[in-house]
Amino acid sequence: MHKTYHRVERIAGSVITIRAKDVKYRELAEVTSRYGSSLAQAIRLDEDEVSLQVFAGARGVATDAKVRFLGETMRVPFSDALLGRVFTGGAQPRDNGPALDENPVEIGGPSVNPAKRIIPRNMVRTGIPMIDIFNTLVESQKLPVFARAGEPYNPLLARIALQAEVDVIVLGGMGLKHDDYLIFRDTLEESGALSRTVMFVHTAADPVVECLLVPDISLAVAEQFAIAGKRVLVLLTDMTNFADAMKEIAITMEQIPSNRGYPGDLYSQLAARYEKAVDFDTAGSITILAATTMPGDDVTHPVPDNTGYITEGQFYLRDGRIEPFGSLSRLKQQVNGKTRDDHRAIMDIMVQLYSGYRESLEKQSMGFRMSEWDNKLLKYGERFEKEMMDLSVNIPLEGALDLGWEILADCFEPVETGIKSTLIDKYWPGNKDETEADTVTEPETEEAVPA
Amino acid sequence: MDSSTTGKIIGVNGNMLIVEFESAVAQNEVGYAKIGDVGLMAEVVRIRGRLADMQVYEDTTGLRVGADVEFTGDMLSAELGPGLLTQVYDGLQNPLPQLAEQCGFFLQRGTYLPAIDREARWDFTPSATEGDTVTAGDVLGSVPEGIFDHTIMVPFAMNGTYTVESIANAGSYIVEDVIATVKDSQGRSHDIRMLQRWPVKLPVTAYAERLRPTTPLVTKGRIVDTFFPVAKGGTYCIPGPFGAGKTVLQQLTSRNADVDIVVVAACGERAGEVVETLREFPELTDPRTGKSLMDRTVIICNTSSMPVAAREASVYTAVTIASYYRQMGLDVLLLADSTSRWAQALRETSGRLEEIPGEEAFPAYLESVIAGFYERGGVVKLNNGETGSITIGGTVSPAGGNFDEPVTQATLKVVGAFHGLSRARSDARRYPAIDPLDSWSKYGSIVDEEQLTLARRILREGSDVGQMMKVVGEEGTSDSDFILYLKSEYLDSVYLQQNAFDAVDGATSDERQRHVFEVISEILKASMGFKDKDSARRFFHEITQTTKDWNRVDMDEKEFTTIQTKLESMVSEVTKNA
Ligand SMILES: Nc1ncnc2c1ncn2[C@@H]1O[C@H](COP(=O)(O)OP(=O)(O)OP(=O)(O)O)[C@@H](O)[C@H]1O
Ligand SMILES: [Mg+2]
Repeated sequence: MHKTYHRVERIAGSVITIRAKDVKYRELAEVTSRYGSSLAQAIRLDEDEVSLQVFAGARGVATDAKVRFLGETMRVPFSDALLGRVFTGGAQPRDNGPALDENPVEIGGPSVNPAKRIIPRNMVRTGIPMIDIFNTLVESQKLPVFARAGEPYNPLLARIALQAEVDVIVLGGMGLKHDDYLIFRDTLEESGALSRTVMFVHTAADPVVECLLVPDISLAVAEQFAIAGKRVLVLLTDMTNFADAMKEIAITMEQIPSNRGYPGDLYSQLAARYEKAVDFDTAGSITILAATTMPGDDVTHPVPDNTGYITEGQFYLRDGRIEPFGSLSRLKQQVNGKTRDDHRAIMDIMVQLYSGYRESLEKQSMGFRMSEWDNKLLKYGERFEKEMMDLSVNIPLEGALDLGWEILADCFEPVETGIKSTLIDKYWPGNKDETEADTVTEPETEEAVPA
Repeated sequence: MDSSTTGKIIGVNGNMLIVEFESAVAQNEVGYAKIGDVGLMAEVVRIRGRLADMQVYEDTTGLRVGADVEFTGDMLSAELGPGLLTQVYDGLQNPLPQLAEQCGFFLQRGTYLPAIDREARWDFTPSATEGDTVTAGDVLGSVPEGIFDHTIMVPFAMNGTYTVESIANAGSYIVEDVIATVKDSQGRSHDIRMLQRWPVKLPVTAYAERLRPTTPLVTKGRIVDTFFPVAKGGTYCIPGPFGAGKTVLQQLTSRNADVDIVVVAACGERAGEVVETLREFPELTDPRTGKSLMDRTVIICNTSSMPVAAREASVYTAVTIASYYRQMGLDVLLLADSTSRWAQALRETSGRLEEIPGEEAFPAYLESVIAGFYERGGVVKLNNGETGSITIGGTVSPAGGNFDEPVTQATLKVVGAFHGLSRARSDARRYPAIDPLDSWSKYGSIVDEEQLTLARRILREGSDVGQMMKVVGEEGTSDSDFILYLKSEYLDSVYLQQNAFDAVDGATSDERQRHVFEVISEILKASMGFKDKDSARRFFHEITQTTKDWNRVDMDEKEFTTIQTKLESMVSEVTKNA
């Protein structure tokens, strides 16, 4: 029924052009030549000229290649059988399991009607104090990890995935090193989480067009699970590779670049993916954690910059630790007032004191004399870095808050913390009688809803 | 124009179509590109010979070469009439809640619903009488819409002078009922309904004259009203890097601003932020009216994952609705977040048209488009002598947080005030993070000019001292310079910074601003003497704490005076030593 063509007019980059009739915009075709076959998608129609982006790249495509149109757009099979499986960016099995083809769903589908969204309200527990206390992750949040290449962002994502109480994990790997892919797989397998995980992995060795498909496929699958009432966590790593794939293709298509070679629609393209994060009115949710490596450790680079304008905060991973400064969960106010009554106070004061520690450290390095207060801060800062910031620390929120009090009590007098007296009475370890209520000023804590 | 013009698609590239047409089409005319029975709305953006380039307001997946395009003969227009308030629309004025009822979780392309309810009944009271001479924008009568008297006007599109032939009696009507018949100079009759349409890209000019914006628009943000004021009918912009607080600042303004109507245009930003407004406004009370804040609000919401061409249209839809209410003699505030996303939509279109790009690939006409948009703000004297205004505030999201980029620069050329947010201030949690040294306003402040000049000088000089102190340390700083520095820090913490989450501190009335600013000016003016730097620091720490407490007390409470007296006596203690 569908027409087959045998003559390729032009080949450039991963795009081939043929003459064909009655092709739908974004329709899929199968391109077969001597070296094998690949799917391709119509990305431009110009009278009877059709430009097709070949998923496996145009390498080896001959001018007499067979191009057969399939009459449909890109879809991904969806069922519970996906769980525990690993696929390529083109949705082909990467493990030894069978190919799936039942119940295909559209990828890159329409956005959720804003009127059907609800205000996020559930905390996602990670066991990482730098997240749970200081920048609480919230169900349906979209949040990237900004890091230099070489930082352990993949192990961090894997760990959050394991500890988060979610029903389904979808991993979208883009330009992933094979070793990193194995680390994800092994970590999830060892902990038994593999059976609730589906992976779409594009490795650095795979065709660049498949890299582009990974977020859409991953999110289309996530969306189906979410509609079925599941809480889904999507890990996308590394979104900078995704953006670079877009750049590469835009340049071969001779599009005019806007900023450092990236296409002018970089923001819209990234937003279309991140905005899939959602808490549905009467169904499940999608939370998106992404890794965004910063070329040259520069946050004003177009990829992290555009990402920051889209996501609901960011975690900076630096020297293997989540930085308290710059890192921000913009949704934390939605949940951190409902956890424990000392949560916001501990969050505020510990960061304030840590910032004091950094200042003292700087003074020390410039050779200034250390006051008694400086020495207290130095002691505090060291404990804070070792017991709170270190990524190997793994304690539930309540334990971490208790630890916070213990560190404070070890380093300071209650009044020096400026925490309000009712909380000091309730939580300060041991010496409750020493509190001097009238000299204690209340710290300004954030509240959820502006009055 | 022949409304039955049709065309055929001959090319598809992203959301851009090339369409071959038969008879006449107009620039910016709307047409529907067919996929089976579904028509996708598109707009003519360029005409070359028999070919029209059309940008589609929807995803174009599935369109084919050879498919039909039906032209409508109309430009993209907004529906205007009673029932706009409290609505939530997309960029093409589709009502989103109704769309959700019909289509469920997801937006469905090709589904367009009427923006204004066709069945709702409105109690019309005529005010024009038979034989009256009227022109576009003149009042024919009114209907109550929530808290407003919504005037029914001669449609803006009716050129020339008309005589009222008949006008409906007081009674209940739907928007499509004829409420008046008028006769033009050639003797032809025209029916007038409450519902009218206006092409969004054209400014509404049915007024007598434009006036200079001079009345302050009180936002209840101290740094804005006192230092960088906005006038009713003025324009201003809020550029800032991501996370600096643009959206929070606009949300606060949308709640607190002293205007009749607020139109919120969420343009290419996060859906989640609109949801907050959507879900919270109905619960919040407008202190001016005692009614729900939603009653004075219209939300246009074309968030970042919604179609890009509709994003470009959304700011025009918003300003057209704002113009409609301005024509009733109301003060309207339009808040657009973010104008950069709209500029990027222009860039995407321009790229697909393969136009010669300007800086950062923005089209060469970017500046004139931005200027044209802000020009739609203003105060006007209406035909009946009343005044109405549109104030426009737009956020700008500059790449890399660097203001030296085309959108920020083009905007700065045309607006009347600049509220530049700084990364340093937001990192230090000095909210609102408006940079007091960089920002400016051409409008008049609500406080005394002399006091203001002093405050500005102290901020500037204090900051210079602060910079110097980083190098030479406190030891190398003179006592008088050090006090100057402390004064500027004091002014910053107790006046420029404002705790958005405190009911009292979060919104300071103009009366209170004048009062507090005068007291603080006296403190800034006072010459003070201290034993040493430490005691100076301690003193300022104490008055900072006391002034912050003062900021949290309602002006009507006795404690307000008590704290003020305490503050003044604290200060007089140290001026004695001077
Ligand atoms: N006035 C304020 N008071 C307290 N916190 C604030 C204030 N303004 C901003 N914030 C904090 O900063 C975060 C980001 O603010 P906001 O969303 O307004 O940034 P933005 O400039 O709009 O960023 P983007 O360009 O990414 O949209 C908020 O979630 C909040 O945590
Ligand atoms: Mg914002």
